[in-house]
Formats: sequence, C-alpha cells, structure tokens
Amino acid sequence: MLTVVTPMVTGTSCKCLPDNSPCSLGLSKCEYAVNSQRPVNLDLRTIKLPNTAISSILHRITGVILFVGIAVLLYGLDKSLVSEQGFAEVKECLTSPLAKFVVWGLLSGLMYHLTAGIRHLIMDLDIGVSLESGKLGANLVFIISAILIVLMGVWIW
Amino acid sequence: MVTNVTNFSRSGLYDWMAQRVTAVVLAAYSLFLLGYILANPGMGYAEWQGLFANSWMRIFSLMSLVALSAHAWIGLWSVTTDYLTPMTLGKWATGVRFLVQALCGVIMFVLFVWGVQILWGI
Repeated sequence: MLTVVTPMVTGTSCKCLPDNSPCSLGLSKCEYAVNSQRPVNLDLRTIKLPNTAISSILHRITGVILFVGIAVLLYGLDKSLVSEQGFAEVKECLTSPLAKFVVWGLLSGLMYHLTAGIRHLIMDLDIGVSLESGKLGANLVFIISAILIVLMGVWIW
Repeated sequence: MVTNVTNFSRSGLYDWMAQRVTAVVLAAYSLFLLGYILANPGMGYAEWQGLFANSWMRIFSLMSLVALSAHAWIGLWSVTTDYLTPMTLGKWATGVRFLVQALCGVIMFVLFVWGVQILWGI
C-alpha cells in the first residue's frame, strides 16, 4: 500500500482537488489525510479538550482510581466477613469522616465509570455516534453521574 | 506498523469484546451489591456473612473477580500504552511501560488471589 501512496505525499506532481481529494490515483480523502506529511499534534497537554474528550479522559481516570480502590474495598470485605468483631470494627470505621470521604470518592468514581461505560455500550449499538449526539451524550453522562454522586453523598452522610 | 505483544489476547477485537462482556458482569455485580446494602439498612453480621456464604453469591463474586481482573488489565494496558510513550518519556518509554504494565499485572494477580481467599475463607 505504501508504494502506491508514496508518490502522493512526496511528489509535487500530484494534482489535488480543492477539497484535498487526490484525483490522480483515485485514493480516498481519508487515505490521503492519513498518509500526508502535514504536521500532527498528539500532545494532550497542548490540546484544548472538547466535552467528549473530557468525558473520555474522566472514564480513564476513574478507572485507574477504581483499580487502586479495589485494595481498600477488599480489605474492608475481608475484615467484615472474617468475624463478628471485624464486622463491628468496619461499621465503626465507616462512621469516621475520612472513611466516609474515601467511600464516597470510590462510589463517585464508580458512578461516573458506570455511566460513561453504559454510554459506551449504547454507542456500540450505533446510537449517538454523530458529532452532535456525541456531544449530547457526553453532557448527559456529566449530568447523570453528577446526580448519582450527590445522591451517594446524601446516602453516606 | 505497530506491534502489540502485551495486550490481553493479541487481538484488539477480542480485547474490545472482552472489555464489554466483563463490563456488563461488573455493572450487574456492583449494582446488585449496592442495591442489597441500600435495601438492608442496619444489616448485621449474620446476614452479611450469609450473603457471601451463599453458593450463588460465591459464583457471582468469583465471576466478577475474574471479570475485574480482565477488565482492569485491558483498561490499564490501554491507558499505559497511550500515555507512557516516547513522546512523554523519551527513549526509555518501552522499558518503563513494560515495567509499569508488569506491576499492574502483578498487583491484579495478588488482588485476585486475595479475593479468592476472602470468598473461600468464609
């Protein structure tokens, strides 16, 4: 495939239409864009992220937080199941503000990750994949997860 | 050409599918557990212990633990593959990424064994 494309990107003899679609070899616009040597910036730190990208990166951040949280949750589960005394200790611990905050933090991460994950599954069914509905979906994830996070806080405190 | 030798199944499509199937299991398990705790305020030890001693709950828990292990690996692999690159880390990127991914794998394995011990220690 590269041998076909090379003359496109290196040669100045290529005649392109105004919309960038090369006519000479019949390559699609997409193939041309992928193989062109225009400067590409993939440095996330210098890109202004749109809502859809923020929702995606939050999905990743909450995923990593939840991974770290597994250890905390397993510790609590272990202690609460091993004996009646351990169960009482876990219950007692969960009344402290710090423990409540940690549990609320983990539940918040879970609520966001779950909501964004359900959106992923819906999008896999080809629903909400256009630019406009994608933005709407991202905003819906923000709103629904924010409501769930507040409700979790109300439940815990 | 990018070659991936550290992903879950050596096939992006299979990873994609596994990530979704495990996600559904994890969603069901976390919603069930949350719902159970919400529906039983002031639950005592006997009821809590009884829940996890139930065979169906053990099957559900172990299934979720397996799903969690695969889900966490695929997710962390994707994240580390995207961000621990020569662009962010320079020439040692491949080595650093491999070590971080190995650490994630070891941690997940330890958590898995711990989880099995908890479930079967009841």
